[in-house]
Amino acid sequence: MDYHIMRQFADSWGLLAMVIFFVGAVLFTFRPGSRKLADDAARVPLKED
Amino acid sequence: MNYTFKHSTEIVALSIAAFLALLGAAFAQDDLFKAHMWVAFFTLLAGTVLLMRRTQIVSTKAEAESSFYMDDVIRYGAITTMFWAVVGLLVGVVVAAQLAFPDLNIEPWFNFGRLRPLHTSAVVFAFGGNALICTSFYVVQRTSRAWLFGGDLAWFVFWGYQFFIVMAATGYLLGITQSREYAEPEWYVDVWLTIVWVAYLIVFLGTIFKRKEPHIYVANWFYLSFIVTIAMLHLVNNLAMPVSLLGAKSYSAFSGVQDALTQWWYGHNAVGFFLTAGFLGMMYYFVPKQAGRPVYSYRLSIIHFWALIFLYIWAGPHHLHYTALPDWAQTLGMVFSIMLWMPSWGGMINGLMTLSGAWDKLRTDPIIRMMVISIAFYGMSTFEGPMMSIKAVNSLSHYTDWTIGHVHSGALGWVGMISFGALYYLVPKLWGRERLYSLRLINWHFWLATLGIVVYAAVMWVAGIQQGLMWREYDEQGFLVYSFAESVAVMKPYYIMRAFGGLLYLSGALIMAWNLAMTIAGRERAERPIATSMAVQPAE
Repeated sequence: MDYHIMRQFADSWGLLAMVIFFVGAVLFTFRPGSRKLADDAARVPLKED
Repeated sequence: MNYTFKHSTEIVALSIAAFLALLGAAFAQDDLFKAHMWVAFFTLLAGTVLLMRRTQIVSTKAEAESSFYMDDVIRYGAITTMFWAVVGLLVGVVVAAQLAFPDLNIEPWFNFGRLRPLHTSAVVFAFGGNALICTSFYVVQRTSRAWLFGGDLAWFVFWGYQFFIVMAATGYLLGITQSREYAEPEWYVDVWLTIVWVAYLIVFLGTIFKRKEPHIYVANWFYLSFIVTIAMLHLVNNLAMPVSLLGAKSYSAFSGVQDALTQWWYGHNAVGFFLTAGFLGMMYYFVPKQAGRPVYSYRLSIIHFWALIFLYIWAGPHHLHYTALPDWAQTLGMVFSIMLWMPSWGGMINGLMTLSGAWDKLRTDPIIRMMVISIAFYGMSTFEGPMMSIKAVNSLSHYTDWTIGHVHSGALGWVGMISFGALYYLVPKLWGRERLYSLRLINWHFWLATLGIVVYAAVMWVAGIQQGLMWREYDEQGFLVYSFAESVAVMKPYYIMRAFGGLLYLSGALIMAWNLAMTIAGRERAERPIATSMAVQPAE
């Protein structure tokens, strides 16, 4: 495992995996029906002291 | 029923540790290590004696969890946060004065070279770290509706961290340093911090695992990312080989440009995950609490989180523009820094808009005012930072006092003010007081601190740009117009004004310490209440 192998991995599969994860996280956040859940979650700190 | 001494395990462990420190002093390979081990010995000895004086015979029957949450350690944390804030800011004013008046350098222990890292570590790790540890323990319990995991482990984290601070600070004064920015402590102190940090992670994660609330609130995501990333950064940046296991000196595992990049990968992400992610966790809990309304957009806060995590980690190379670092890496650092505008401003908007529909609180609630100005400074400094990371701008700003001004608008404005806001919220709650000793004193604190930052940042902008322009000025024959010493000499008035700005900020913090101490003592200042609403005139 020298620098070139790691470099090659980082800017191909590594990059792809991170982009997919990030885009997936964004899409998941805005999936249909998430607004209600998000509004509930936002109230967690206000439930009690 | 069996009886035992309270704290017996801790007393034994502490006395063994003190004895080991004594052995370290006896067999030390160099004088610095010897001196430092004596410091460790006396600190641990004092801890042992203190615990022995407080011990009492108790039954072994497991003590019932007396209140709903474990708040004792948070009460201690609030006090140490306050204490280290004053110490760190005071050292800052001293080093600022040393730059303006070099005669104030008292060699060898109190010269600028040793006091500067003492200042940065004291404000970042002692003040900021204590603020993060105590608020994270508070927030994770409330939003998980669970008692802290691990029982007394939280106390180990608290006292272990204070011991780390004492060892780091005394090491700097003795002249022990591995010369890595924000990571000056030598290998043995780093090993100790690693142990404490792993314990911190266990307490925090364990509490999340046993939560009674199904959803993990977003503030905990930010706190957790701060704990995990700092662990990773600390481990990689401090990879080093000690010369002797009984000596202070070690050598880094990296060399040359790799070493430089590792240091700034660490250094920038210490800003990103210690001073940003951790304090964003604070913002996402305490701003909604103080405003009495949920965060503006919860989904935006999730996008804020993931975008911040994915972008920040790549921004470090912008500290190494125009150095031996490969050009593509410099450009990468710059591009990611500019992309950071999006999550930073998304987060700022989210924090500010939490107040929508409650903007009147800005006039009536000085704690909200403190939190709002901190979010405003978060926005300003995260605008300025990416701008300074652009290579063309950096060629003017790098190595100048502009950088110092930028750091302080973030540190004093964002980190300081959000922590003060959280402390003002926490202290009456933790000690069960009706209200703070004085709301009007918060106003004083607010204005002194804000004026202090404005003076500080504005002066450093002027000073930095002047320095940058003087360093790059050529005459028609291609010679530099100014010698370096000339650019130092013109800094004097700016340095005096900067020290004044710092002094204003420090006086604000002293007022806070007084206000909070009186609150803890249970006093209430007789004062005119802050107007809650204007009398509305009917239209005629």
